Amino acid sequence: MAVAAEKKEVKKIIDLGLEEGAKKLTPEKIEITINNALAAMGGARLDAYVSTCIHCGLCSEACHFYLSHDGDPHFSPVGKVKQTMWEILKNKGRVSPDSVKKIAEIAYTECNLCRRCSMYCPFGIDIAYIISSVRRICHLLGVTPQYLQDTAHSHAATMNQMWLKQDEWIDTLFWQEDDYRREIKNLTIPLDKEGADIMYSVIGPEPKFLAMLIGNAAKIMNVAGIDWTFPSFDGWDNSDMAMFSGDQEIMGRVKRAHFEAAMRLKVKRIVMGECGHAFRSVYDVGNRWFGWKMPPVPVIHAIQFYYELIKEGRIKIVKKFKEPVTLHDPCNVMRGRGLGDMARYVVNAICEDFRDMSPNKEHNYCCAAGGGVINCGPPWKLKRMEGNRVKAEQMKATGARVVITPCHNCHSGIEDIIGYYKLGMHTKFISDILVDAIEVPESMKAKK
Amino acid sequence: MEATQKSEEKVQPISKQGIPSPLHTATPLDRGKDAESRMDWDTKEKMIANTDEWKSRYAEVRPFNVSEDGEKIGAVVQNDDETFTVCINGNPWEETYEKIWSFKFTNEGKAACLVLKDNAWTVALDGIPWNEKFDYAWNLQIAPNGRSIGINIKKDDQYGVCLGDKPWVQGFADVRNLFISSDGTKAAASVAVKRLAEADIFNFQKGVWTVAVNGVPWDKNFVNVWGLAFSPDGRHVAAETRINLYDYAVVVDGNMWPQTYKCVCEPCFTAKNNVIAPVKIAKGWTLALDGKPIWGPFIQVWPPKFSSDGQKIAAVVASEFGRWTIAVDGSAWKQTFSDTVLDPVFSPDGKRVAAIAKESKDPMNMGSSLHSIEGNDRWTIVVDGIPWNQDFDMIWDPVFSPDGSTVAAKAEINGKYCVAVNGKAGKKMFDALWSPVFSPRGDKILVRCIGGGKYYRYVVPLDEI
Repeated sequence: MAVAAEKKEVKKIIDLGLEEGAKKLTPEKIEITINNALAAMGGARLDAYVSTCIHCGLCSEACHFYLSHDGDPHFSPVGKVKQTMWEILKNKGRVSPDSVKKIAEIAYTECNLCRRCSMYCPFGIDIAYIISSVRRICHLLGVTPQYLQDTAHSHAATMNQMWLKQDEWIDTLFWQEDDYRREIKNLTIPLDKEGADIMYSVIGPEPKFLAMLIGNAAKIMNVAGIDWTFPSFDGWDNSDMAMFSGDQEIMGRVKRAHFEAAMRLKVKRIVMGECGHAFRSVYDVGNRWFGWKMPPVPVIHAIQFYYELIKEGRIKIVKKFKEPVTLHDPCNVMRGRGLGDMARYVVNAICEDFRDMSPNKEHNYCCAAGGGVINCGPPWKLKRMEGNRVKAEQMKATGARVVITPCHNCHSGIEDIIGYYKLGMHTKFISDILVDAIEVPESMKAKK
Repeated sequence: MEATQKSEEKVQPISKQGIPSPLHTATPLDRGKDAESRMDWDTKEKMIANTDEWKSRYAEVRPFNVSEDGEKIGAVVQNDDETFTVCINGNPWEETYEKIWSFKFTNEGKAACLVLKDNAWTVALDGIPWNEKFDYAWNLQIAPNGRSIGINIKKDDQYGVCLGDKPWVQGFADVRNLFISSDGTKAAASVAVKRLAEADIFNFQKGVWTVAVNGVPWDKNFVNVWGLAFSPDGRHVAAETRINLYDYAVVVDGNMWPQTYKCVCEPCFTAKNNVIAPVKIAKGWTLALDGKPIWGPFIQVWPPKFSSDGQKIAAVVASEFGRWTIAVDGSAWKQTFSDTVLDPVFSPDGKRVAAIAKESKDPMNMGSSLHSIEGNDRWTIVVDGIPWNQDFDMIWDPVFSPDGSTVAAKAEINGKYCVAVNGKAGKKMFDALWSPVFSPRGDKILVRCIGGGKYYRYVVPLDEI
């Protein structure tokens, strides 16, 4: 189903992070840095992927950038690897500063590391790993998009991605507790409760821009009778844009803070809010950088948490959402964790009119915001929109009015696509709907 | 990449022992050698408070906390008029507040918390608020000797620290990682000396963070400053820093170690007046003493702990990817664990080491929010490399008897708590429990617990646990 896009004049994109970073490079620095980086990566995994690829191009049809650019091979996964890692390897690290800038642009803004292409590759090559390796090299060369780099700086300085000060985090929790106590008697957002069953963790944008999501979680936790807590100290943010900028050392540091918060609070599990990339970081990438094969404390994504609460009868659905909805499958918890069926169970439980997308679950198209692409900021927004026409067409075909997006990056990215392609839809998190759908026992209701 | 020589600056002389890491919440406090001996070890049973009665008396009762000697139990409570106060042994403070949080007892049994009244935050100690008031206050810390309290503060859009009701004179754009000296007279923190505009990555990379000691910043800035440590005499401060986007360094009193690394973790001071820190080198992680590797390498090394005489060093290490254990003086225990091992605890004589370990039979299969996988996520105590036979749903830090022969810990089984001793769960289960305390002779254990809606202080002979 075709969709109409805004027509905008194409201008050269200026990103100060790439421009200024490239200015500081010399051929010698590039060669030494790249070859040191390749040596430090160990090489076996990368070598296996690069030498196994037979250049068949079957990965192309998997990529939303390729499909949205009418089959332009530059946007195919193998095309992006050819322009980046192959270029680096072929020249043994002897590439020009301008080439580094172009390589960085491709790696950071034309690939969401969504791993859909791996399912189309006859050998299952993890192309996202190759592009991540390119990003690691760009980070070491100091050529990274300005806004993504700024977010990585925020992680490093504050252990959260939004430069949130510690008092701002705590005050947001108090504020949400006060607000929701008007609805639920004695609702609490427990801080630093040692020995609670669950530590709930969120990403920086929740206290910064979407505080009602914390209130939603508090209502669900209180109604379900969950013994839970938040840390008042650093480690509450589960997100990790350093993972996408290529700053693995900061990625690991942020994950250590997160898990140490959970272990310090003596919780048995971490339940995380509706975020995809954070799940990838705690479950797959960040934990492993620091030597944990799996998370030292089990981590449960909100989709699975809601699924179990409903399935177990811990919360009762009494008021279903009426408007037609569809569901966007976030790559990191669908391809990354296989939560597709649980997500559909939850959506069907709380919505009267669910219209699924096609393809879906682990085959769903990426939102084009993930992998740190949306965090590259305003300079790259138009390119991101143009790179995901296929998603707009997919959503429009459902006829739904609401797109449920249980992931923060997806939520923002899909909202952008809806606006750009004039789809007349809106995005919601699951908790936005769930919080109005559950029964609040009379005994828990606050006096008006 | 091997550690590289980047500076010739000398490390300043430093002194004494290490510090507890933030994770190590149950580190024995420096209460004085006779803290236990001052406790009542003769009265076998005391019913201190009817905590269920509090729940009928107040609109809300928040989590309980107890004093080290077990003689007091307290909680933040809400009155019917929606004000908050603190209730100790059933007796509420006279003063009420709009909000109260971070309630805890000092080592001397005084009740401390953060309170809000008339839009101003401060500390209240045994019901008496500090004179100084702030726009915000958080991170209430009690000095290791228990004699002073420090907090992070915000006032007039400036961030700082207040130690013992005396706020720092100079404010900063941000303040984090508060650390108080052993004697409670000094505070250090990482501070941002300049506010940056949105997305100003270039000035950030020039460095706007440094260390402030009692409010006075060092004259050098860094890209980042994280974990801090005071020397035991409070004369020196060590810091974990990043000097550019790629090189990490340990800095002591503003002077960088000669070596930089690809990563470091928070430093601490040794008994021999040196600084020690986990550092990342080409082959993995090791401990570095004043810049020189002394262990390993291992896949991972966490910040170490020291025996009380300073002669032995122990640290959590990953001896292979995804296998965790403790290394003592560089030698890892043979037994490793799949999920995690927490900070080591030395016996008082320094001859034994115990630590919490978590093991899963099927570690790649992660449990869910409401359902456990049998054999997964099991917590226990490991002593000198040998795990207890029994495992638990959760376990708290091990506590050695004074002679080091016995190890006890608070443990959780099916939502109830017991004192586990030398690997065996205690006979009695409680609704709430705090960590056990040994009598000076090690023949009795102080059990601080809630059962049947009442808070009790029991003194139990070791063989009756």
